[in-house]
Amino acid sequence: MTEPASLFRATFKRDLTLAFRHKGDMVNPLVFFLIAITMVPLALGPEKAVLVRIAPGIIWVMALLATLLSLDSLFRSDFDDGSLEQLLIAPYSLPLVVMAKIAVHWLATGLPLTLLAPLLGVMLSLPTSAFSALCYSLLLGTAAMSLIGAVGAALTVGLRKGGVLISLIVMPLYIPILIFGASAVQAAALGEPCNMQLAVLGAGLAIALVLAPLAAAGALRVSVNG
Amino acid sequence: MNWQWFHRLGSPRWFYEKTDSWLPWLMVSAWGLLLVGGIWGLGFAPEDARQHNSFRILYIHAPVAYISMSCYYIMAISGAVGLIWKMKLPFMVMKACAPIGLGLTIVVLLTGSIWGKPTWGTWWEWDARLTSYLILSFLYLGAIALQQAFQNRDTADKASAILALVGTVNIPIIYKSVDWWYTLHQPATLKIVGKSTIDPSMLYPLFVMIIGFYVFFTLVLILHTRTEILRRESRTQWVKDLVVDNSKSKGEGARS
Repeated sequence: MTEPASLFRATFKRDLTLAFRHKGDMVNPLVFFLIAITMVPLALGPEKAVLVRIAPGIIWVMALLATLLSLDSLFRSDFDDGSLEQLLIAPYSLPLVVMAKIAVHWLATGLPLTLLAPLLGVMLSLPTSAFSALCYSLLLGTAAMSLIGAVGAALTVGLRKGGVLISLIVMPLYIPILIFGASAVQAAALGEPCNMQLAVLGAGLAIALVLAPLAAAGALRVSVNG
Repeated sequence: MNWQWFHRLGSPRWFYEKTDSWLPWLMVSAWGLLLVGGIWGLGFAPEDARQHNSFRILYIHAPVAYISMSCYYIMAISGAVGLIWKMKLPFMVMKACAPIGLGLTIVVLLTGSIWGKPTWGTWWEWDARLTSYLILSFLYLGAIALQQAFQNRDTADKASAILALVGTVNIPIIYKSVDWWYTLHQPATLKIVGKSTIDPSMLYPLFVMIIGFYVFFTLVLILHTRTEILRRESRTQWVKDLVVDNSKSKGEGARS
């Protein structure tokens, strides 16, 4: 029996190496984020007043969609080459392995999205007072979205065409995160405090951190063996 | 404690035979209650002072709203029972719940928007309750989509059960956040009907309608589950016997 800490570390290291070797999977959601945000002024016109009003919501919705796009790859390659089945029959704690995979997924998509967001905020002329709220809310929100999304990815990993289905079942579950995340940025843009929204996002992340790896591990057992 | 009834619940055949005798009773009481409550509520309950006759859609809107919510919980609980005790029947109940729940939320949204037209002046208002039911209908759509995506029936059952459980944890959070979102963005044009205490003469028909709709829901759920039982057990001997018996008795009826 392996020590939990070294199991976590080994999985984490392996997945991180894999993520860096497939740079395309890492970069594509970011490029999507950038291009999709660019579409908005092109559709609505470059008026500053309009852009300032909608910037927090648009950035958050696009970050949500970019996360959704990246979810399918979370377990896909492990499922295709059979290593996921090896993990299932191995005598290790599956939720811990899943947790390590989610952590890598967040490092490879959620964190870059958060770091890219201020740049897009500048493009949409977001007030400077809102930048720290944007980063903090996305930092907490993308982590929670990776965790919840992992359940959806685990449920659909055995299916050939899981992509759209993941979005369908995961998006309603993202609604609270979207509401509080966008509202934090909105409040900060108006110069109001946003501690409450960030605290709620943190609470959501804490719940997801406890429950999502368990649910995702259970879902993997169902969808891979079935 | 005697657990025999619980183990019996695991047998689709027992459920099918047992519910056979319940159906006429449920049918009569559902239609009776709905007719009495409907005529009472639509015809005889007093008119609302501010909304006049348009408030009467409440007698359909509110009961269906209650049931569409409890339907999700029934789906999640039967999914959990199926996962934990590995029984066949709860999964069939769970599968039957999703399309019924979707239908109910669609009725809630339709009656809500018909009610909204005279009260708020628009067909659709981003009202907290209407939005919550829209999201609930998305959850049902997701459950149906996941159920249909799998070739293997066992996998489909277990996967939908897990999704239903995850949704159950999320539903209170979604509700609270939508409430909060609404109070933050409350549109100024909205004329909210004050929290008036509803008059007993309006309330009694509502109670009758709620009970009537619950009985009706039970009936529809049992009918859907029975169909699912026949579909899944179609290779077993008792279903074959049942079909043969039925066609025999029909044949005799035609001859006499």
